[in-house]
Amino acid sequence: MSLLHTVNKSPFESNTFDLCLGYAKDGSTVLLIEDGVYAATTGTSAADKIKNASGVSFAVLGPDLQARGLEGKLADGIKVVDYEGFVNLVAEHDSVQSWL
Amino acid sequence: MAVKKFMYVNRKAPYGTVYALESLEVVLIGAAFDQDVSLAFIGDGVYELTKGQNTEAIGQKNFSPTYAALGDYDVTKIYVEKESLEERGLTLDDLQHLIWEDEDDDWAERDSIRLVSRAELADVMAEQEIILSF
Repeated sequence: MSLLHTVNKSPFESNTFDLCLGYAKDGSTVLLIEDGVYAATTGTSAADKIKNASGVSFAVLGPDLQARGLEGKLADGIKVVDYEGFVNLVAEHDSVQSWL
Repeated sequence: MAVKKFMYVNRKAPYGTVYALESLEVVLIGAAFDQDVSLAFIGDGVYELTKGQNTEAIGQKNFSPTYAALGDYDVTKIYVEKESLEERGLTLDDLQHLIWEDEDDDWAERDSIRLVSRAELADVMAEQEIILSF
């Protein structure tokens, strides 16, 4: 069973990103959306945690990154997806856990 | 009308919640009353000022250009907390360059953003008469 985790809160404002990492098993994907995209930016402790989380795939919703003016700050190892890519991720995994 | 020292404290990222936009609306309304206004951006509030915001694909209004108009409303004191920027991997170069024109000096352009430490901002905050937090 593989899970798609979505995180929509800033890692500086909420603990859902950290909690999600604790639950993300090998083969699962973490998709950062809305204010969750801040975890995907360089120079943050969240980006370091992503780098160290082997076995888990990370993706970020491009439109939310663009809205916040942070396309140029994307950390390595994170795939950018559009809304269609979001749907594909949902289809590719067995179920979705939304960390609200 | 007596002039009071107003500070608007912005602590939320834009678009994920409505706080940032609501704060900006209140600042613009308040600007009509000729008060001594300061804006503080701390925590995720610093994300409100990033340049290059493009909200086309998320179907929300991009209100970031409005920050550049604050100088025309005599809102010229914009405090950005250094620790908050650093924690987020940002520098002043990642933010919009906000300016105001000094009518007492042949409309010379002045920087509106003041990069301050948390301790310095705490001092400024302590001098305020009215603090509105968003």
